[in-house]
Formats: sequence, C-alpha cells, structure tokens
Amino acid sequence: MIMLEKRPQPSRGWIFATPVVAVLMTMFFGALLFAALGQDPLVTIRTIFLDPLFSEFAWFYRPQLLIKGAPLVLIAIGLSFGFRAGIWNIGAEGQYIVGAICGAAVGLAFYPMESFIIFPLMIIAGAIGGLMWAMIPGVLRVRFGTNEILVSLMLVYVAEQLLASMALGALRNPDGMGFPGSRNLSQYDSAANLEIIAGSGMHWGVVTAFIAVILAYIALSRHIFGFNVRLSGQSPRAARFAGVNPGKLILICMGISGALAGLAGLFEVAGPAGQISIDFNVGYGFTAIIVAFLGRLHPVGILLAGGLMALTYIGGEIAQSNLGLPIAAIQILQGMLLFFLLAVDVLTNYRIKFGRERTA
Amino acid sequence: MTMKTILAGATLALGLATGAAAQDTTTVGFVYVGPIGDGGWTYEHNKGRLAVEEHFGDAVETVFVESVPEGADAERVMTQMALQGADLIFTTSFGYMDQTIAVAEKFPDVRFEHATGYKRADNVSTYSARFYEGRAVQGHIAGQMTESNIIGYIASFPIPEVIRGINSAYLHAQEVNPDVEFKIIWAYTWFDPAKEAEAANVLIEQGADVILQHTDSTAPQAAAQAAGNVVTFGQASDMSEFAPFPRVSSIIDDWAPYYIARTQAVIDGTWESTDTWDGIGPGMVGIGEITDAVPADIKASAEDLVERLRTGEYHAFTGPINKQDGSAWLADGEIADDGTLAGMDFYVEGLTGDIPQ
Amino acid sequence: MDLSSINPILLLASLMVAATPIMLAAIGELVVERAGVLNLGVEGMTITGAVCGFVVAVATSSPWLGFLGAAIGGAVLSLIFGILTQLFLSNQVATGLALTLFGLGLSALMGQGYIGIKAPEFPDWYIPLLGDIPVIGPIVFQHDPMVYVGLAIVAGVWAFLKYSRAGLILRAVGENHEAAHALGYHVVRVRMLAIMFGGACAGLGGAYLSLVRVPQWTEGMTAGAGWIALAIVVFASWRPGRLLLGAYLFGGVTVLQLNLQAAGAAIGVEYLSMAPYLATIAVLVIMRAGRAPGSLGQSFHASR
Repeated sequence: MIMLEKRPQPSRGWIFATPVVAVLMTMFFGALLFAALGQDPLVTIRTIFLDPLFSEFAWFYRPQLLIKGAPLVLIAIGLSFGFRAGIWNIGAEGQYIVGAICGAAVGLAFYPMESFIIFPLMIIAGAIGGLMWAMIPGVLRVRFGTNEILVSLMLVYVAEQLLASMALGALRNPDGMGFPGSRNLSQYDSAANLEIIAGSGMHWGVVTAFIAVILAYIALSRHIFGFNVRLSGQSPRAARFAGVNPGKLILICMGISGALAGLAGLFEVAGPAGQISIDFNVGYGFTAIIVAFLGRLHPVGILLAGGLMALTYIGGEIAQSNLGLPIAAIQILQGMLLFFLLAVDVLTNYRIKFGRERTA
Repeated sequence: MTMKTILAGATLALGLATGAAAQDTTTVGFVYVGPIGDGGWTYEHNKGRLAVEEHFGDAVETVFVESVPEGADAERVMTQMALQGADLIFTTSFGYMDQTIAVAEKFPDVRFEHATGYKRADNVSTYSARFYEGRAVQGHIAGQMTESNIIGYIASFPIPEVIRGINSAYLHAQEVNPDVEFKIIWAYTWFDPAKEAEAANVLIEQGADVILQHTDSTAPQAAAQAAGNVVTFGQASDMSEFAPFPRVSSIIDDWAPYYIARTQAVIDGTWESTDTWDGIGPGMVGIGEITDAVPADIKASAEDLVERLRTGEYHAFTGPINKQDGSAWLADGEIADDGTLAGMDFYVEGLTGDIPQ
Repeated sequence: MDLSSINPILLLASLMVAATPIMLAAIGELVVERAGVLNLGVEGMTITGAVCGFVVAVATSSPWLGFLGAAIGGAVLSLIFGILTQLFLSNQVATGLALTLFGLGLSALMGQGYIGIKAPEFPDWYIPLLGDIPVIGPIVFQHDPMVYVGLAIVAGVWAFLKYSRAGLILRAVGENHEAAHALGYHVVRVRMLAIMFGGACAGLGGAYLSLVRVPQWTEGMTAGAGWIALAIVVFASWRPGRLLLGAYLFGGVTVLQLNLQAAGAAIGVEYLSMAPYLATIAVLVIMRAGRAPGSLGQSFHASR
C-alpha cells in the first residue's frame, strides 16, 4: 500500500526539483501525443521548448517572452495576496479590461495634444479603473457577505459587454471609417507604451511587473502586511486575535489585485495591443490564476511560471506555423504541463511511504 | 541599431542563406483569428488555403497559425512567418490592420494581404467581399417567401459590414413586398450557438417566418427546422445539410479564386498593392443553390437578380434611396460610391429602431 | 416598441429549453461542491461531452447513445481532476482551470472531421393529454426528452441529498471532512464519485448543445455555458430547488432581453446583454447567498 506522510517542513530539494520533473514528464507524454499525430516527436518538443530560446531567430523570440509574460506575472502577483488570505478574486480578466478602458479613455481625451504628463495620468487611471472594478465584489463581500468568487466572475462578462460598447461607441476612432476600435495609442507619442530600449521587449509594463515581484517579495517576507495575509489564510481565528480586521484585509487584497490587473490592461492597450477593440482581452486574467498557483503563490515562483507559460505560447505558435501542428495539440500540451506541475507538488509537502494502511 | 535594421539585416541574411530554396517554392502564410474548426469565417479562409495547396502542388508551401488574438500576438506571428521565409502573408481579420502595416514596414520584400481593412502600403494589399450583393438576393427571396410579412434578422455587431447587409436585404425585400417589416436582434457576438438559437426562437415567436443571420453557427437553422415553417439562409458556409428546407439558399465566402490569383502574381513577379472588393462576379461571394422549396417564379427572378449582379448590370444600392430619417441619400438611378458603403453607419428609410451606439 | 408581440407562453416554453444545458451542468457541479470539492473545469467537461456525444451519435445514429457517450466522456475527463486533487492533493482552483484548457484542446482534436455534419434527429415529445392543456401544455409538456431528463436529475439530486443515507454522508464529507473521516467514511471515495457524477452531468449539458440545441459540432461551441453553470450553483446557495430557479432566471433574462430587442425596445443592447449578470449579482445581494459547504475547496489528507 502506497501512503502519503505529511512532512513536518516542505522539502527544499523537491521545491526546486518538482518543476523540472513536471517539465520532463510533459515532454515525454507530449512526445507520445505528437507521435500519435504523425509528427516527429523530438523535433516538435525542441520547437516548442527550445526554439524560442536558442534557435536562429531567438533574438526575436526572447524579447517576446517578456511581452507575453509581463501581464501574466503582473496580474498573478496581485492575485497571490488574496489567494494566500483565502480571498478569491477570479475576475481579474474584468479588472484588466476596465483598467485598459479607463487608461485608454484618459489618453484619448487628450488626443492630439502632446505632453509628458499624459502617460502617467493614463497609468493612474488604469490602476484606479481596475481597483474600482475589484472593489465591487470586495465591498459587496464586506457589506453584505456576498460571495466574491461569483460576483467577480459575473463582472468579467459585464466588462466584456462594456468593452464592446466602448469599441463601438464612446471610444470609437472618429477617423476609422465607422469600423469598431479606438485610435491606435501606440501611434500617439504621448500615450504610447513603447519599448524603452528598442528590440529588448522591455516596455513599462515589463518594468512594472519586475518591480511588483520585488515589492511583493519584500511585503510577504519582511512586512507585517505579509504576515497578516499568511496568518489569515492559515487560521482566520488566530488572525482576528492578532488584530487583523478581516473586512479591511479583503478590501486591501481585492484592491491590490484589481489595481495590478488594471495596470496590466493599461500597459497592454497602450503598447502591444495598441487599441481598444471588441476582442481586446485574450484571457490573461484567467491564465494568471494558473500562473499564480504554478508559482506556489510566491513572487519568484510566479515570475518563473509566467515565463514558462509565455514559452509554451510562443513555442506553440512556432510549432503551428513550422510543423503544421493544430492549436488544439498545444492546448493539450499546456494542460498536461499544468497537470504534472500540480501533481508532483505533492512531493514537496508529503513523503511517499510504502506499508500497510493503519486504521484511524 | 534599431529593431528595424536588425530585422532587415536578418531577413537579408536569411535571403542569402535560403535563396536557392526560395526560388523553387513559394511560401504563403495565413493568420487566422479563430480555430479552423469554427465552421464559419476561419473555416472558409482555410478552405481557400487548401485550394492554393491543391492548385499549385509542390510549387507552393502554405503555413498557418490559428486562433491568433488581435494585438501583440498577431504581430509576433506575422513577424515569425516573415522571418521563416514566407513570401506572401494573408492576415484574415479586420483587427489585424495596424499590426499588418507595422510588420510590413519591417519586411519590405514580403507581401501582405489584409482582409476587410482600409490601410495599404507598397507591400500591403487589402481585400474584402461584397457580401451585400448576396444579401440583396436573400432579401429578394425573403420578401416573397414571407407570409407574416415579418423577417427576423440576427445581427452580430453594429459595424458597417453588418449594417450594409441589413440595408441591402431590406431594400430588396421591400421592393418585392412593400409591407415587409424587419425585426433585428443584435447578438453582440460573432459566435455563440446557444444565444443564436435563442435569438432565432425569439424572432420566430414574434411572428417572423424568415430568418436572416449574420452570425456563423447553424443554431438558427436548427431552430427554424424545429419550428417547421420558417425559411433560413446559410451564412459563411453553404449549410447545405439543412437544405432543401428551411435553408433555401446561402451566401458562401469563397476566398479560393483570390488566394490562387494572388499567389500566382507573387510567383510571376507581378504582385502589386491593390484594393480588391469583389462580389458575385469574380466569385468571391458565392450564392448557394436556391432549392425547390422556393416557388419556380421566385427562383427564376432571384437567379435573374444574381445574374444582373454578376455582370455588373445592376448595383445593389441603386437610387432612389432615402435614409431612415427621410433625407435623400441617392437620387433616382444614382449608384452608391464605395466610400459611403465602406463606412455605412445609417439605416435606409423604412427600417425601424436605432443602430446601437 | 410593441411589447404585445411578445407571447408570454412561448417565452416561457423557450425558457425551459434554453435553461436545460446550464441546468444539467450546474446540478452536477452542485453535487461536487456539496461533497466539498470546487471544480472550475466545468467548461472543459461540457465541451468534451459535446464532442463525445456528437461523435457517438453520428457513429451510431442514436442520440440516446450519444448522450450516454457524452456522460461517459465527461466523467472520464473529470477523473483526471479527481485523481489530481484527491490523490495528489493538488490545488482545486488551478486544477479546474487547467482542466478547462485541456478539455478545449482535447475536444478540438476529437472533433476534427466532424465539422459540417448534422446530428441525428432528436424529435420533441408531444405528451398526449398533458400537452393539450391550454397554456401549461405548450409551456411544459411539448419539449424534447432531455428537458425532462434534466428535471428528473435535479429532482433526483434533491431527494438524494435530503432523504438518502448516502446523501447524508456526502453532505457530511462536504461540511467537515475530518469529522466524516473520523466517523469511518471514505472521504476520497465519496468525493471521487461526486466528481465523476459532476463530469457526467456536464457532459450531458454539452451534448444537449451539440445534439439538440445547435445541433452540430464546431470548436468552442459551448461558448461559456460551463462558467454560467458555476455561477448558478453559487447563486442557488447549493440547493437543488433554487438551482432550478437560477437556471430559469439566467436563461430567462437572456431570452427576455432578446425579446425586448426584437420588439424594438429602445434600450442599449450592450446594457441588455449585461442584464443577466447584473441581475445575478443583485439577486445574490438581496437573497444573501447561503453558506458554502464547510470544506469547500480544501484538500483532504487522512493524517492518521
């Protein structure tokens, strides 16, 4: 009989070994899948996992990893606080959309004026937009005890309708021949979130993501706020005795995650995406939830997890166009990667024992 | 060194490295906004790609990436295709417009074709289909097939393409049946079968006995079939599995002739930046078979309309036409200019309700 | 605006059909959550059920076998979630989201070659006598059989949870798994069965879309039905009776907004489209959502 025995302390060795084991297992089972689809398994695995980093055109793909990974990391960092404290904001996608709308609206309001003040104002508007959107489930939870999982999820759909309405109405490009979508902010100098060093992929969103990782690390390990968050997650009763106000903690955690998601939306709309359009959102808010858990809710882990997710996206695109692999196969591979990462995590906290089951 | 020069240098290096191979085969890339299994928009573009492969055989290699979100992802996929040696890239969604222009600027030797947009460059063409010609045929049949005089219309988003279709269908329905009334539902989605089914049911319940749809799923067809006595038309693909009734005809997106012609132009070295807006004539808009569920005289007059549209003898927007508020738009015999059509944001006289803003 | 063109009888009748897929998926998830497990992978199981049902129905020309195949397909997929969360103690939120991603890819691969094919016919039942009752007849008794199967499952779950011993054990496991374990119940076994039941129901909901509602296979065709099912469970405060209400309310607001549009109501379409979600939030606040099962979302490991 195989049994699990809880370790007194999480195993440090396994913390670092599990992701490697999971990636290797994904490569193995992915190779089987690709062979079944009639592809050369080794070439496919190499294309997805290594080509973005080491191929002939890696100089182009490496910066793209930053562009693709930054919004995931930024949102996931925000979510990790709430998840640690047992506050479930799964509506980051909606906060991302509203942040983008608010930020873009501020930028477009100034068009065509040029001023250095416009971009900072947009950043503030984006953060506030996401924050306010997250405050709705936050306040309803504190005031009425309404379930924040559901409300934040519902507000994603509301935000999507709002986005369509903005792209077709208030923010529609007046010079756009009646087509939906706003002016292109990345072509409006004062509002554009361009690369700080050309060709590096480093735009302000990437910088902000790195800063968020560092600040989150400090807050969680060195600051009383991080202690309160962890305490509330592990034992709400103990937290209350320690003087933590649960309502305030909910609002702070929702606020942080909302503001960071809003910022991610703003940086995306002002730079890589360029404009508000009906299909502006591409699921970063949901993927970030997975990234947060893959990173074990730890800032450095989230950074690595975001990079890994970005790698599979970009490698998957290369595999599609070079090898003719359907996107469905990439999604299955991503799903397997997540399954394995989640499954092997058990080794960090538990020890496998062989023996007879003892009755309780 | 800027990004542009790095990329230009790389393309040059690539060109030298693979120059010999590139002369043998032409590589054509396709960027799709949906999955190729969507049964609608992307599915039809992919059929065009397969037609290119079949037509040219080994002389042409095609590559594609599906479900590419508009924005940074699209730009990356296009850049990647260009880096890997594509000679011609079709970007098949309106939302790829700015990205196509941006990538084209970095790769002056690669030709780009952007669907349904209006921005062009020396190496960027645009192409689109005059689907409103097919809508005219639908309106013509629908106006005569309806007994309740209520025609239901499932619209997607209020953009010129959709508004044009509604106007065209209404004008030609009203021409043959002055009492006809349009009930329009804006689904605010391109593809959500459950919602489309509900929209069709609602329209049928409110008395519509003809359903026109500008969304891509077959759900409205099934709803009409269940209702028994309701006429529909296929959209994007033929939807012939619902023929001969309720589906009595269809508008088919047929990109194959254009894709083959443009690929040939690249091979011949005759490719130039153009703005193509083709209708029934060149075959970009296909009219699916009109079934025998349509009475013979109506079928004959509809086929005559198709023929006149095909030859260019007749234009679907020929005056006199007034706008919804009663103001004159086109004088008697006047033909709408493409600019107004491309940006159409008003209903014609007789339609009720407002276009959502 | 001409509101008289809205026929309330037909509106209610179409409501029953519109609510069926989300109701099926939701009742399965309700049982899963009452057992203390939060599976956010409903969308993935729903679409896998949609494709499995379609493939089997086309192969056998039998919609009934299609539904059976859909239930099995959904249950098998949910088994992945069950093994990961129950045996490997992985985080349920993340595993559920990964399951959705996996299910979307798997369904697309399975469905290749089935695009543009029509499903076998699945005619409505016209129930004699009952179907002839004025008003009630057309609303309730003239639908396809799966509408009644869905209602029967909801009623069955209600009775199971309220009256059966097994239902009591399931609730005990969901409320406090430590205590249930101490009483000698097999927490993991109960939860695995609940998860598979949830997968089967989600699969049925998906097959209802691909075999009855649309009826065709296209990638991504469930278009978020699984997510709405999750919302309905919470809305229902984990009670089967309210779940019925929630499914009808959700389907109803959508049908109503489409009706208002067709009748020419001068209300912004985008705001009408938001209405079902805003209404859910409003009702949630007013009704004060009930308490979630005590162990919801927590991993269980028998330490002794």
